[in-house]
Amino acid sequence: MHKPAPHIPSHRNPQLNANGELNHLLSIDGLPREILTQILDTASSFLEVSDRDVKKVPLLRGKSVFNLFFENSTRTRTTFEIAAKRLSADVINLDVGRSSTAKGETLLDTIDNLVAMHADMFVVRHAASGAPYLIAEHLQRIGRSDVHVVNAGDGRHAHPTQGLLDTYTIRHYKKDLTNLTVAVVGDILHSRVARSDIHALTTLGTGEVRAVGPQTLLPVAVEKMGVRVFHDLSEGLRDCDVIIMLRLQNERMNGALLPSAREYFDCYGLTPKTLALAKPDAIVMHPGPMNRGVEIDSEVADGSQAVILPQVTFGIAVRMAVMSILAGN
Amino acid sequence: MPLTKLPDAEAQCAELAELIRPHLQANTVLVGIHSGGAWIARRLRELLELPSEVGLINVSFHRDDFGEKGLHRQIKPTSIPFDVEGRSLILVDDVLFTGRTTRAAINELFDYGRPASIKLAVLADRGGRELPIFAEFCTWKPELGKDEELVLEPDATGRLQWRRAEHA
Repeated sequence: MHKPAPHIPSHRNPQLNANGELNHLLSIDGLPREILTQILDTASSFLEVSDRDVKKVPLLRGKSVFNLFFENSTRTRTTFEIAAKRLSADVINLDVGRSSTAKGETLLDTIDNLVAMHADMFVVRHAASGAPYLIAEHLQRIGRSDVHVVNAGDGRHAHPTQGLLDTYTIRHYKKDLTNLTVAVVGDILHSRVARSDIHALTTLGTGEVRAVGPQTLLPVAVEKMGVRVFHDLSEGLRDCDVIIMLRLQNERMNGALLPSAREYFDCYGLTPKTLALAKPDAIVMHPGPMNRGVEIDSEVADGSQAVILPQVTFGIAVRMAVMSILAGN
Repeated sequence: MPLTKLPDAEAQCAELAELIRPHLQANTVLVGIHSGGAWIARRLRELLELPSEVGLINVSFHRDDFGEKGLHRQIKPTSIPFDVEGRSLILVDDVLFTGRTTRAAINELFDYGRPASIKLAVLADRGGRELPIFAEFCTWKPELGKDEELVLEPDATGRLQWRRAEHA
């Protein structure tokens, strides 16, 4: 039985290999629906592995996964580390902030050195949008496309595993996406999570995706991403099935985009009162870390509709799925 | 002898149940390997009137050819709804060939605990072993060419039946 050769456009997606399979995970944008579905389906099988006595399967046994976090992160780095370890990989966490990079080594020199140490996969977080692409292209140039790259967040561009785990969470609680209304609320301008969420949701055929936030925190022409734009929180939340709250990215905020955090909470903070405008069975999500009292009220964050901690658990299964699919292609 | 007519898989399930019956213990449970073995294990549980639910095992995460073939597209999760510790397990599969699938399943079962014993029950043993593995309970020893394959699947009414296929 021979599968027909997939159509490969002349501008090949740098994430896909010659057979149209996932070779790196750099961004949700441009990935076909089948690959997203494959990752989500595989993740649901991995969910059970974390409930076993021995929380390990041998798929990545003997492989070396390097965590390269040029930007701080606790949750994402830890869940990637756990995911790789549950797949039996050896995980090396590089404290890049304090090592060679600080001494002036370029990013690609660091990569060459780690490839010389027989790295099989890089999990990369970088403040510069496109850094994981740069690494993937470099690996292709030096003929080492067998080394895989996973983007764990680059600048404002993308955070694909977060987009996948958010979609996984929605699918877990709501099953079918086609009739859902999903609101992404807050600082969309600075948020790579929002971009990856929106691409994942629209690719998978979500009924309606809304971008809710003040004009100053929405990217120019955000509606071109296939979302409905709301500047008023009450309007934006009305009859929603899913609310994804974004962190107000204080550390990215330069310039007078907002009068104050207090005023932001008054206009865009999710409280029991504003949550009541959504459907009664709406779920509330947040990628973390939360700023309680800034974008979300504690009563909502700890309430029965919040699925913020299950998101973290699902994140491990989704990252296991991504890493094992990459390693197998 | 070339296979002219394929046997009735449902009758083979009944036969397999009778082979197992004298060896049943109070702590015996069945574990079916996805997907053929899972169907057979459910049949056997009914026929043997076992109280304990069957376990289902998917060996995709333990396969030794992952490096060459990658991950299968559709993976059903493993579900072991009982405590493996100290149980007498009967692993059930449709066809025993190289023994590699059985090896992977045994490895996976040990991630859930230490069973008292594991025995293997299959409908068909086609020979060609590459590992020291033996089916204690077996109803049929067909002779197949290297490129031939036996596929067990339910028909429209849910009855299990054999189909012959060529290797891709």
